[in-house]
Amino acid sequence: MKRELSYVEAVREATDQEMARDPSVIVFGLDVDDPKAIQGTTRGLLEKYGSERVFGTPLSEDAMTGVAIGAALAGLRPVHVHIRMDFLMLAMNQLINIAAKSRYMYGGQVQVPMVVRSMIGKSWGQGAQHSQGLYSFFMHVPGLKVVAPTTPYDAKGCLVQAIRDNDPVMYVEHRILHFQKSPVPESLYTVAPGKARITAPGSDVTLVGISHMQLECLRARIYLESAGIKAEVIDPIWLSPLDIDTIAESARKTGRLCVVDNDWVTCGASAEIIALVVERLQGIRPVLVRRMGFAPVTCPPTPPLENLYYPNSRTIAAAVYDLVTGGEKGWRPEESAELQEIQFKGPF
Amino acid sequence: MIERFYRSLYLIRRVEEEIAAVYPTDKIKSPVHLSIGQEAVSVGVCEALGRDDVVFGTYRSHALYLAKGGDLPKMIAELYGKLDGCAKGKGGSMHLIDVAARVMGASAVVGTTIPQAVGFAYALKLQRKDSVVVSVFGDGAVDEGVFHESLNFAALKSLPIIFVCENNLYAIHTHQLQRQKLGNICERARVHGMPAEQIPDNDVVRIYEKMNEAVGRLRSGQPGPFFFECLTYRLKEHVGPNEDFQLGYRSREEAEPWIRTDPIKQLSDRLDPQRRREIETAVEVEIRDAFAFAERSPFPQAAELYTDVFEA
Repeated sequence: MKRELSYVEAVREATDQEMARDPSVIVFGLDVDDPKAIQGTTRGLLEKYGSERVFGTPLSEDAMTGVAIGAALAGLRPVHVHIRMDFLMLAMNQLINIAAKSRYMYGGQVQVPMVVRSMIGKSWGQGAQHSQGLYSFFMHVPGLKVVAPTTPYDAKGCLVQAIRDNDPVMYVEHRILHFQKSPVPESLYTVAPGKARITAPGSDVTLVGISHMQLECLRARIYLESAGIKAEVIDPIWLSPLDIDTIAESARKTGRLCVVDNDWVTCGASAEIIALVVERLQGIRPVLVRRMGFAPVTCPPTPPLENLYYPNSRTIAAAVYDLVTGGEKGWRPEESAELQEIQFKGPF
Repeated sequence: MIERFYRSLYLIRRVEEEIAAVYPTDKIKSPVHLSIGQEAVSVGVCEALGRDDVVFGTYRSHALYLAKGGDLPKMIAELYGKLDGCAKGKGGSMHLIDVAARVMGASAVVGTTIPQAVGFAYALKLQRKDSVVVSVFGDGAVDEGVFHESLNFAALKSLPIIFVCENNLYAIHTHQLQRQKLGNICERARVHGMPAEQIPDNDVVRIYEKMNEAVGRLRSGQPGPFFFECLTYRLKEHVGPNEDFQLGYRSREEAEPWIRTDPIKQLSDRLDPQRRREIETAVEVEIRDAFAFAERSPFPQAAELYTDVFEA
């Protein structure tokens, strides 16, 4: 029987195994060494590798990002952990002006092999500043790699890759995905940058789901099946470099592309993916397109409004149904208990 | 020692005078923030360092780069935007680097290299190396939040780092006391838990001696960090080859004491004239060769635009 791990356990194991393999790997960030150990993703590392290689930091995201860069310039491989992606706004100067640019502006003489882990929150009142998926900010800037693994298998393989990568990697987790379980090999392996995965085959429409929205897309696919529509679901996994070949090839086949993002749509990953596919296929194949993402407002914590804020499997299925059948048919699948979201319970 | 200091000071001054002279020809494809007047800080600091010690600087780092032993022809070629530049023409004057000389980078955004210096020092400590790191920044950087965050962490972890605030009184055109109620830079360092001392007189020997003592302490395993505020004065405009007293934000009278006590003049008076001329002649040849090297060097080919974004 294949061994199953949760996403949390996969992240923890990848870090542990890489730290054991390579003494230059260090892990730091607010609370990585506290009793809760970042949802358990850093549990046991302090005891095993000591406080020089695993340490909590002052509340200084800006400087600690610079510290990670400086340590990387000196040959270490820092993994800097942020329990919320929103907190990265305090680190933007170092990430954008230094980490992304050092290799280029220093003429290829230095490298910054660092990983920045951050988590997107959802539900249980996460609200305005604990819910943002801001990876498109980083996709915009040359010199940063961006990955948002969905499954425990990819969580481990992408983190191992990110740690070994000689460029800065923004590693984006989603709090809800932490509860996912899937087969994860015990041995070390990598999931290479710039390669998407077709997670379910189909012929009528291409459905790209990013981060947590990958789960919602897979659920939407089941709803759509009941309406006789076969959706091909793709997980980009890496947002930068982005595997546009796989997505464009699928869209060429289906002629319809819906990108569901765990972010607002304006200037987001969904806009970028659709622009790239349309550019690629113009004159070759007309493609109907649709973007879905957060409502263009600040995330409200109250459940009735929060439910409207996010796309979900049923709203995705309905939108895709319209895309495939043409026009507003108003079809909306009956809710299936099996396809309900695992709701995250507090306190955090 | 005096000869060595003089050679370094004279080299930096003359290189920058040549840069200023060439600048109107537009051959230099880069904004230049000249250190003329401030050379003593870089020289005093770097003379106390070994080859393996590391420095991080600012956009005004010609002096630091050269004082630490950075390659002169490559620096001039970089200013010319040429392929043989220290960053292949992709950095410019504000992003000087010489990995061999352990000049580990300069940044155009004020204060941004301070935490990198701290991170480098963290790595050196973890790797059990006995090198030290020097973080050089201006009085403007002290206003930035990252300055405090970085000093706090460096002190918390007792890192082998020396912070050097090169206080030339102005952040671009704004005086320190228009930005800071108390103007107490050393106190700001002390509250984070490190000794801090002001060196007020732009005296290269004094700066060297203070630095040398701090480096020695770190080398012997005593905990860091150390902090020095070196008062100095920029004689040229914030950016560019000219003077700027006509702008009215500062007066020529303010500059006069600094010109009177110019460390280059002071040291030259202490040298044997014959020996001084030999040094100066050798430096002039070096500078001529460096500019000729930059002139000869090709511009980067188009393909170079896309290299070095990620590892090849």
